[in-house]
Amino acid sequence: MTLHDRVAAVGALMIRVVRSFGRAGLFFADLIVHMPAALRRFSLVVRQVHAIGNRSLVIILSSGLAVGFVLALQMYYALVPYGATESLGQIVNLSLVRELGPVVTALLFAGRAGTSLTAEIGLMKAGEQLAAMEMMAVDPRSRVLAPRFVAGVISMPLLAILFSAVGILGAWVVGVLLIGLDSGNFWSLMQTRVDVWRDVGNGVVKSFAFGVVCTAVALYQGFVTEATPEGVAYATTRTVVVSSLSVLAIDFMLTALMFSTP
Amino acid sequence: MSKRAIETWVGLFVMLGIAGALFLSLKAANLASFGERKGYTVTAKFDNIGGLKPRAPVRSAGVTIGRVKQIRLDPKTYQGVVTMEIHDDVRFPKDSSAKILTSGLLGDLYVGMEPGADDKELVAGDVIRQTQSAVVLENLIGQMIFNKAADAGDSPPPEKK
Repeated sequence: MTLHDRVAAVGALMIRVVRSFGRAGLFFADLIVHMPAALRRFSLVVRQVHAIGNRSLVIILSSGLAVGFVLALQMYYALVPYGATESLGQIVNLSLVRELGPVVTALLFAGRAGTSLTAEIGLMKAGEQLAAMEMMAVDPRSRVLAPRFVAGVISMPLLAILFSAVGILGAWVVGVLLIGLDSGNFWSLMQTRVDVWRDVGNGVVKSFAFGVVCTAVALYQGFVTEATPEGVAYATTRTVVVSSLSVLAIDFMLTALMFSTP
Repeated sequence: MSKRAIETWVGLFVMLGIAGALFLSLKAANLASFGERKGYTVTAKFDNIGGLKPRAPVRSAGVTIGRVKQIRLDPKTYQGVVTMEIHDDVRFPKDSSAKILTSGLLGDLYVGMEPGADDKELVAGDVIRQTQSAVVLENLIGQMIFNKAADAGDSPPPEKK
């Protein structure tokens, strides 16, 4: 391999990276442009909210409850030596509402809803359904992609809110019913230390951003997949990996922006 | 599943989500006290504000009646100027005093208002004259050591046997 080849290989890699970013960006812009079409035919969105949101409820709610239980137990053991057990509710609430709620929900969402979106779109492409739609002058972007995108963006914040709410209830069950903390203290400390806009509001903003990212990634991976069984399998895996990593990266950036000042 | 059934389930899902949001903001956070009642602002100058922070509560007899809005340094007197917003329905006599206190041994700092006896009331923009600064632990320890040293100097040396 000559030096020339090596330089060319680096260049080709860079061009590939830039091109894939560009394609993803154009795809995302396309989704945004076709959103009004989806909103005009809202029954399509409702159907997708059912597929994406309702069907994810069981896993989201049970995980939220489990996280609330475990968080409360662990925090209780950490707080006992300081005699600060009454702030259990506040700690669980803040960690759920600010971080765990949006992030864990997004990770589960990528696994539960994202993969099914990718597989669905990928198989539609493999079966040439998308091409057939185009033949009939139906734009698959406004008929298939945009309703799913809108549905994902609507479902994700709702799921994250439910995750946090159920988690707090779980912490209440462990803290008040099992351990025997005072119920009044549990709620009142939570109310004095948790701010609606700063904590709950920013958590919702986060989950909204994650909803956009997870759904867009899933749809993109399905849309650009190779139209073969291996291609669809590979695209589904990529959906989980790419959305999880982007959720974690975006979460770090949003946390730095939102909560860096005390 | 029929269209109507799907719509019903989605409607339930959305309503459940809204209920969750209400629970988070009303039961698990402070929305009830957030839409804060309108208040009037008064300022107080302290020699040392300790670790007082904006949004710290202002309390009278332990009841929260307002919040600290802003803290800055007066460049002439080198005192900390604390601007507080007190709820409109709470009126204090003009000669009331403000202290910076700690809730519990290691708790957060807050401003405690103690009413005076004047007939006139504090109005917006007034300055509270009588203030008491935050207790700074280091100063307290320093003072104690100083007193100990002074005592040791005054008293006759302990007799040795």
